[in-house]
Amino acid sequence: MNTPALAAPVTAQGFKSDYKPIWCPGCGDYSVLSSFTKAFAKLGLRPENVAVVSGIGCSSRIPAYTTCYGFHGVHGRSLAAAAGLKLARPDLTVVVASGDGDGYSIGGNHFLHACRRNVDLTYVVMDNHVYGMTKGQPSPTTEPDWDSKLSPGGTGLRTFNPLVIALAAGANFVARAFAGDPNGTAELIAEAIRTPGFSFVEILSPCVTFRPEQREWKQMVRPASVKSTDDAARAARRIMTDDGMNIGVLYKGERMPYQPPIGKGRKRPSDLETEFAL
Amino acid sequence: MSKPNEKAKESISIAITGSGGAGVMTAGTLLLEVAAQAGWYGLMVRSSGPQIRGGEAAALMRFSKSPVECLDDRFDVLIGIDWQNIHRFADEIPLDAASVMIGDPDQSEPPEVFVKRGARYTPLAFKQMAKALPGSWPNMIALGLAAGLAGLPADSVKAVLQKSLKKGGGEKMAANIAAAEAGYAHAEKVAAALRLSGSVAAAGRDARWLITGNQAAGYGAVRGGVRFCAAYPITPATEVLEWLAPALPKIGGALVQAEDELASINMIVCSSYGGVPSVTATAGPGLSLMTEAIGLAVAAEVPIVVIDVMRGGPSTGIPAKSEQSDVSIAVNGLHGDAPRIVVAPNSIADCVSATQWAVYLAEAMQSPAIVLSDQYFGQTRAVVDPPADIGLATERLTPAAGEEGYLRYALTDSGISPMAIPGNPGTAYTADGLEHNERGLPSSQSGDHIRQLDKRAKKLAQFDYGARWADIEGEGELAVVTFGSCTGAAREALARAAADGIQGRLVSLRLLSPSRPGHMAQALAGAKRVLVVEQNHTGQLYRYLRAEYDLPGAVKSYRHPGPLPMRPGEIHQQITEWSRS
Repeated sequence: MNTPALAAPVTAQGFKSDYKPIWCPGCGDYSVLSSFTKAFAKLGLRPENVAVVSGIGCSSRIPAYTTCYGFHGVHGRSLAAAAGLKLARPDLTVVVASGDGDGYSIGGNHFLHACRRNVDLTYVVMDNHVYGMTKGQPSPTTEPDWDSKLSPGGTGLRTFNPLVIALAAGANFVARAFAGDPNGTAELIAEAIRTPGFSFVEILSPCVTFRPEQREWKQMVRPASVKSTDDAARAARRIMTDDGMNIGVLYKGERMPYQPPIGKGRKRPSDLETEFAL
Repeated sequence: MSKPNEKAKESISIAITGSGGAGVMTAGTLLLEVAAQAGWYGLMVRSSGPQIRGGEAAALMRFSKSPVECLDDRFDVLIGIDWQNIHRFADEIPLDAASVMIGDPDQSEPPEVFVKRGARYTPLAFKQMAKALPGSWPNMIALGLAAGLAGLPADSVKAVLQKSLKKGGGEKMAANIAAAEAGYAHAEKVAAALRLSGSVAAAGRDARWLITGNQAAGYGAVRGGVRFCAAYPITPATEVLEWLAPALPKIGGALVQAEDELASINMIVCSSYGGVPSVTATAGPGLSLMTEAIGLAVAAEVPIVVIDVMRGGPSTGIPAKSEQSDVSIAVNGLHGDAPRIVVAPNSIADCVSATQWAVYLAEAMQSPAIVLSDQYFGQTRAVVDPPADIGLATERLTPAAGEEGYLRYALTDSGISPMAIPGNPGTAYTADGLEHNERGLPSSQSGDHIRQLDKRAKKLAQFDYGARWADIEGEGELAVVTFGSCTGAAREALARAAADGIQGRLVSLRLLSPSRPGHMAQALAGAKRVLVVEQNHTGQLYRYLRAEYDLPGAVKSYRHPGPLPMRPGEIHQQITEWSRS
């Protein structure tokens, strides 16, 4: 789509809608919303050329809080929806918002195949290790001994390691961010958007209501001590051996994005009839 | 050619069977091409066992000089290239004392179940004959034999083989043409050639198409303006997707293979949200998985087309065989109050037109549309007159750039509100499966809920569907109401009844949802007996009609599940018995 000539740049504030979020006070997702809008402004994008796609959960409410085009679909399918949009409309910037339940549990299969497919998307997961919208059930990233009504005494299951799985499945960009640092997170999101292919940004985003102990994250996070690598095996080893609190770009590859050439063919549908002719 | 039979027939039915690898489907497809070449109409229904490769296979064919839409009640000829497991087709290949059965005595004797029906058996050593012509295949002998028995011209057989075996090289072509000629020459020793009544219509003969329902549905989608498809393979819908895969890029579109049906349906909801008319094709199990996202398309008002090629159900059911048992899930199978469009093609050619219409309706009303095809249409190849373009331009209502005070879900007279496409400045909104207000913002208030429910119901109810909602033919106090692949058999049954002096009318529904009570009342005005015909176990169409329509007079359901096709004879019998009672 054409951008009007000399249109004034849109500020971060200009990317925020007037619709009031439903989140609890103190929720990390407020900061993530700020990081989204800062990243969009930083990249000089225009709201009409950005689509924010999501599934279901607290984090998935983000689209309507922006002035971009939004798609708030069904639970767990945001990556599939976003891939459909980007493949049909490669001119758009497509950013996907998800959470640890939406993205890693019900949407787990799409996560694997989105990494494999490597469509030029930016996938932002706000991970708080809990289902917040349904009021406190364990997700795939919840610690095995976390007590809840649904899983009394804990699930006893090992936690899911989304970053390593993304690497193994072929994601082209893998980063970890912390919601409490909106500027740093905005930088990471902007870099993820700039990087062609499937970019995955996992954001530690505290749930102060059901996981109040996550307030401590602020003291625990630190910038990753080494620079990002283009060696997936090395990145995976680092991620598997760290304590999950290293922030920054952890892997950046150079795979070409998947994009069938839509809009290129020039034949008319009636030209296809020859194959039916006797 | 052998001496013709005394009595000319309106149609000829031939079944070629054998185990996988025997080349049954190839022989059948070529025979259909020979018939087309000779100016005949015809179709070939595929039936096969559950094995991926090597299972029993049957090419079930019917030929006539006028258009053929269904299989007949019986077969004139059954050719067994071999008889391995062919007894499993006993119900699908009805024979009688007038039928002829030809098989290879070196393989085995014909199955007892066919012999018992009194069909005359003539042995023919296909394998030995092929061996005598090095490089030839037994199925080409069967092809020639079938062509000879049908009374098709030998020249047409040769012409078709010359064309189709071009790649195999001169020797292969010569050997197999010789094999077909040997089979052809043998026909007169087996039986007198059958003879078709009527004359070959010269008009439009060269313009005819040889097409399957699955290809036709794919073509209908692109004719309607579809340029994006997300695909997940499933029997018997895969060929729709395989046809679209190379077709879409040629016309500026694209197809992507998804990881599952949940992905394929969500991909097309969002590609269409992006402004590109989109389609997917599936069968019952896939449709079951897709229902949640189809509901999203209802709530967010996103046009999509889902082609459901029905097969035997429930669950995995009978994947490679036909059944009209997805009516209920198509018309009712979403949670919440979710109006949707359901369209059913009623012939193989109509798979083009009905699918094109579905795209038009979906885009015009910003609604999901389900196209109910079935395996019988989808995998059957037929000679058809090319269906004309429906003459309705697909168009989606969109707002202007920067439209002041834009409301995505504005309450309008038609219920249809302009849908902004990403890229359009000043009209950004969030498409949402959450209930919302006119602006599109989430709302759980009763007022917004009722207004948006009304809006979504109204736009479908008030739309002008024109005459295409049903095909209505004939008159009389008896009416047969049916849909989809039962239509051809019902039409033929009514023609037979008319020949007996029983007049009846046919109402073949193309629009299953939303219902058209006023139109139906008109179509059935004066009817005293309404026979509802469908191919499923519970009478899904019958139940739906009873819920949605006031049907006049006595109403009776005639139904049976797949995979046996609905045959004209059984409907004719129902009509006759009911009219006499």
